[in-house]
Amino acid sequence: MITYVLRRLGFALATLVFASILIFAVTEILPGDAAQISLGVNATDETLAAKRRDLGLDRSAHERYTSWMTGFVTGDLGRSYTYDVPVTELIGGRIWISLPLALLSLALSTAIAIPVGVLAASRRGSMVDSGIMGLTQLGIAIPNFWLALMLVVLFALTWRILPAGGFPGWDEGFWPAFRALILPSVALALPQASILARVMRSSLIETMGEDYMRTARAKGLPQRAVLWRHGVRNALIPVVTIMGLQFAFLIAGTIIIENIFYIPGLGSLVFNAIRQSDLITVQSVVLMLVASVIFINLLVDIAYAIVDPRIRTARARG
Amino acid sequence: MKKLILVSLSAALAATCATAAFAAGHTKTGVSIGLQLEPPHLDPTAGAAGAIDDVTYANVFEGLTRINQNGEVLPALATSWDISEDGLTYVFDLAEGVTFHDGTSFDAEDAKFSLERILAEDSENAQKALYAAIESVEATNATTLTVTLDKPDGKLLFSLGWGDAVMVAPESADDNKANPVGTGPFKFAEWTKGSSLTLEKNAEYWSDDVALESATFRFISDPAAAFNAMMSGDLDAFPNFPAPENIIQFEADPRFEVVIGSTEGETILSTNNAKPPFDNVKVRQAMAHAINRQSIIDGAMFGYGTPIGTHFAPHHPAYKDLTGAYEYDVEKARALLAEAGFPDGFEATIKLPPPAYARRGGEIIAGDLRKIGIDLQIIPVEWNVWLPEVFKAKDYDLTIVSHTEPLDIGIYARDDYYFQFDNDEFDALIEQVNAEADPDKANELYAQAQQILSDNAVNGFLFQLAKHGVWNKDLEGMWENAPIQGVDLTGVSWAQ
Repeated sequence: MITYVLRRLGFALATLVFASILIFAVTEILPGDAAQISLGVNATDETLAAKRRDLGLDRSAHERYTSWMTGFVTGDLGRSYTYDVPVTELIGGRIWISLPLALLSLALSTAIAIPVGVLAASRRGSMVDSGIMGLTQLGIAIPNFWLALMLVVLFALTWRILPAGGFPGWDEGFWPAFRALILPSVALALPQASILARVMRSSLIETMGEDYMRTARAKGLPQRAVLWRHGVRNALIPVVTIMGLQFAFLIAGTIIIENIFYIPGLGSLVFNAIRQSDLITVQSVVLMLVASVIFINLLVDIAYAIVDPRIRTARARG
Repeated sequence: MKKLILVSLSAALAATCATAAFAAGHTKTGVSIGLQLEPPHLDPTAGAAGAIDDVTYANVFEGLTRINQNGEVLPALATSWDISEDGLTYVFDLAEGVTFHDGTSFDAEDAKFSLERILAEDSENAQKALYAAIESVEATNATTLTVTLDKPDGKLLFSLGWGDAVMVAPESADDNKANPVGTGPFKFAEWTKGSSLTLEKNAEYWSDDVALESATFRFISDPAAAFNAMMSGDLDAFPNFPAPENIIQFEADPRFEVVIGSTEGETILSTNNAKPPFDNVKVRQAMAHAINRQSIIDGAMFGYGTPIGTHFAPHHPAYKDLTGAYEYDVEKARALLAEAGFPDGFEATIKLPPPAYARRGGEIIAGDLRKIGIDLQIIPVEWNVWLPEVFKAKDYDLTIVSHTEPLDIGIYARDDYYFQFDNDEFDALIEQVNAEADPDKANELYAQAQQILSDNAVNGFLFQLAKHGVWNKDLEGMWENAPIQGVDLTGVSWAQ
């Protein structure tokens, strides 16, 4: 098990280094000049040069990559070209919004998807099943930004029971902050839950046809125990895989959703940093997001190994 | 089942959220204001972003002079001034008993420091060129400042009223980006990056007290989100609402007041005058005849905007109405194009930056020009591409931009400006007007300059951008017009 984990960890690190080079190279090719963006069209060349010196943009690409990476390892991500504050400070203020939002969405989509998927599978072919299949099809087809706008129209503008957007900060207390995250997380979770429910359903249907399920029923276990203890547990593996993949989509989804709900999270930070050519912020946040996706996938890999011992032995041999 | 979960979820939410919603509602001493863009930092003397001025102008920082909502120059920290006969020496009397927010006093030494900081070699002032005429600044005594110019500058008092020339203190100037310390009636309190910024009343303000106890700016870039925030009552005002298509909904809602004002934004079809075939005046005149301004205003701006025939704001006393110079006439346009040697038209590109006036306006212009055989390829660009590619490298045929600086007709006289318009007569006029201290004479010269731009059809002059103000009907004193970038809250109060 330990070799397996170490091996996965090594892969994760290599991916991260490769990603950092790619991210730096891509932002390097992007057109745009942070000094010009900051000082506008009337700035003199002399002023622009002073600003570039101040931002460290007069150094070579190689120098900037090296100092960015050495900084990254030591936890110093450099100073934002736009805000002129440490990037870590910008991220620090926002991660406690984006992370709870992503986790809340993940929890919500799981909480909806698993019971719904199980229900559909256990009543395969019934009206309930077709109804669920229809609804989840709709859930996948609806883009989350449209869903977000509809939720705002209903809950914030018509019924006025939830805020239309914004985030008061955790300092204001748990409830006001949590309220602000409800609609965004629902908008993020429902399309995800639709996919997840369908995966849960088909996986469970497949599992129920397995020999050990018949054995479980044959030894006289009640139907409910057969379904949950043997069926659902075994059917979860593909579901966990999809959840890991969905986490990356969730992170990408927050960029749009945070803008619709004007929530000051990492997504809106990246969005605005790109518009203002604040490349150091873009690089650092993107690398951090990549790192978190890699980390989640690492956890998923390890979770497989825990759920299914065959995986770790197979990988260790091969 | 899913539906059932949704319904029960919403019911549960409804029950728990209702109480909180009813407890909210604004106290009548604060105001919550929506801005589309967040300032990158808070030092108006070190950046061009308009959002910096939106938050700080007149509220946190004050200059020697200030601009009011009609574009007039008023005394501010300089209570009066004398200008020498030759227009080269300005003696300013400064207000007494003024302190910065950190408690240090404001005197002529601070004023000297502030102006010299703009002109310094390592200055990061985005409008440094506006103050280039200043040769030296002397603190004659604590309340007298003498500014000497090396050539007369008729616009100096106006330029000193810009946010880029506000007074700062040597003790705090370097930290103004994060913690702005000015002399204004509001103090900086808190900034949650990406979300909101709060100002609080300055109890020690040297001049007339303001009515508001506090003001919170909230930054909402998405127009749909901005609409939702106004409709849900989260915001009291949006001084310049980003989506003209929503204005009609605000007008229909008795909770809001909608005030359409003017801005300094001349929205133009910028043309590369040095690049064939646009170097041919007949081609540019043909385009001017082919463009239907009103359809652009109606189609791109939902009817908000005033047609212009030159690069000048219609509300300015020197404005010359030249909108009739090139009436909409497709036949005439075709004839001019044929005279220029393009009977079948030609192909060109138009690079469109993100604002709706450009993206939507560009589609309409492309349609207009297609009627005379000019086939435009539309290229959407982001600002961070537009700046280096179009503005700096001049790698473009046509683009649409609103030039928002006040009284900026002088840009046509600049060498190497992206229009690449070169006209000695025009350059001489601008030089003359810059040195002219008599407003009437200056206005006469401005009129001549406008005529030259129109005769040469330098750019496609489209319309003056409107300011779509939307606010709570009980809120009084918000600016109707935007003669300068800023959201001046000094005169804002709630109706009793």
